[in-house]
Amino acid sequence: MSAETIIDVRNVSKWYGAFQVLTDINLKVRKGERIVICGPSGSGKSTLIRCFNRLEAHQEGEIVVNGINLHAKMRNVSDVRRNVGMVFQHFNLFPHMTVLMNCMVGPMWISGVPEAEARARALKYLERVRIPEQANKFPVQLSGGQQQRVAIARSLCMQPAVMLFDEPTSALDPEMVSEVLETMTALAKDGMTMVCVTHEMGFARAVADRVIFMNGGQIVEEATPDEFFTSPKHERTQVFLSQILKH
Amino acid sequence: MLYPDTVESVVLVHQPRFVATMFAAALVVFTVFNLTGTTMGELMRPVIGEPLQSGFYGRFAIALVIAALFCLNIVLIGFASLKIQIAIVWIELLLVFLAFFQTFHLSLPFIEQKLPFLIAQGLVTTVYVSAISIAIASLIAILGAVAKLSTNGFAYAIASFYTSFFRGLPLLMQVYLIYLGLPQLGIIIDAVPAGILALSLCYGAYMTEIFRSGIQSIDRGQWEASRSIGFGFGLTMRKIILPQALPVIIPPTGNQFISMLKDSSLVSVIGVWELMFLARTLGQKTFQHMEMLISAAMLYWIMSICLELIQSRIERHYARSKVR
Repeated sequence: MSAETIIDVRNVSKWYGAFQVLTDINLKVRKGERIVICGPSGSGKSTLIRCFNRLEAHQEGEIVVNGINLHAKMRNVSDVRRNVGMVFQHFNLFPHMTVLMNCMVGPMWISGVPEAEARARALKYLERVRIPEQANKFPVQLSGGQQQRVAIARSLCMQPAVMLFDEPTSALDPEMVSEVLETMTALAKDGMTMVCVTHEMGFARAVADRVIFMNGGQIVEEATPDEFFTSPKHERTQVFLSQILKH
Repeated sequence: MLYPDTVESVVLVHQPRFVATMFAAALVVFTVFNLTGTTMGELMRPVIGEPLQSGFYGRFAIALVIAALFCLNIVLIGFASLKIQIAIVWIELLLVFLAFFQTFHLSLPFIEQKLPFLIAQGLVTTVYVSAISIAIASLIAILGAVAKLSTNGFAYAIASFYTSFFRGLPLLMQVYLIYLGLPQLGIIIDAVPAGILALSLCYGAYMTEIFRSGIQSIDRGQWEASRSIGFGFGLTMRKIILPQALPVIIPPTGNQFISMLKDSSLVSVIGVWELMFLARTLGQKTFQHMEMLISAAMLYWIMSICLELIQSRIERHYARSKVR
């Protein structure tokens, strides 16, 4: 299988001051692949995916996204970011804009899409996440699950090459988790390249091509969901799985 | 609004203890102040006889009546709804003020004669000096706030030096320094531009701090979301951060606007014919200082009220996206 590589991470290390958060990470994300990253809190999984669109800087190694090498002196970081959608734990919708505007501003201001087309595109993706009827409301008027789906639509409107999800369901009420996961599953079915940091093991099992387990800033295990859940190789993975699957 | 509990407390002005205390306090105060020589004494003539000769009995009787009326008044107001309460108390306080001014025996014809000039020259000058200064100060404030938050050493140093200096000197001194100091450098500057410059620089320094705190109050996630879409710094600032910071910035900025409107009176010392300058000079010839000062005071107040109304309108506009 030699599909086009979208994200190529080579020997990446990162420090916060003296504390090393990422140690020698190697990872390839190919076009159309769905990758789930899990691990205990503080294991560096969020930090890692935030490096993929340079919201965080890495100090050693190389990250190449869509053929562009990420480094401190790059002048085209915007070219990377417009092609990498990101969904945050706390949604981070723009509260002073309507849902529709939230989805329109990216294409209009970054890609120079005319307003009418941006509107059509926004409505299309809001339809896709199944909330077109909320288009003219402000984010605070929506439930958490709806807000997160708008956030997904906002990222989709940029028509990105890859979508990053940073614990998208962690801040949601249990009832709203499923509506967001369904949206993400539908997205995966359509062939979107996705990297998800999540603890939703059911989602990982159903959707992921690969599951990556991180601990202490290192990739401990990388396996297909079947292998990962039925016969995890490392002891740390077994402990982690027994902890979160026990309930 | 403070937190309104769902359980109503007993209305304060309907508690006998409170009313009795107010009654006693009013009685004491008005007995101590001798009101027999005032209109109140005249009104009480049928009861106490010749007011000026009524002595302690007269004073006590007057105080008793005033205290009784006062308590009746607050008890009755206690029954009204919130809006009517506010209106009545405003009107009563205004009437008390009018009664107070009445004691000055102001010459109304004199005020009538001078008022048009006071408005056409003084008020207009005050308004345009303040308006221009406010506009410039806001611009300075945005630049200053961004500079103070930046990681650029030069920008930070210049901005912090600027705010420290102009917040640290009395405004009056800045007015003098600019008007009298700049000509030393060969820059001859008229009184009005000098005043505008001093006001803008001084208020720009204060507003820099307001804008900075407003920008800082916006959640980091907003920056991250904006940057992750691909927006650059300028776009993020203009379209994402500042619009959200405005509701935080507006109440203290409104304060600054009102304060600046009044502080513009300080430029009268360099001979700008604004409201304060005219109020002092117009009454001088005939020693009718009080007439002009009170007229000017009322004009300042009216302008401030206008600004307050504008501010509350803007605040209501920005409350839109917060409504659930």
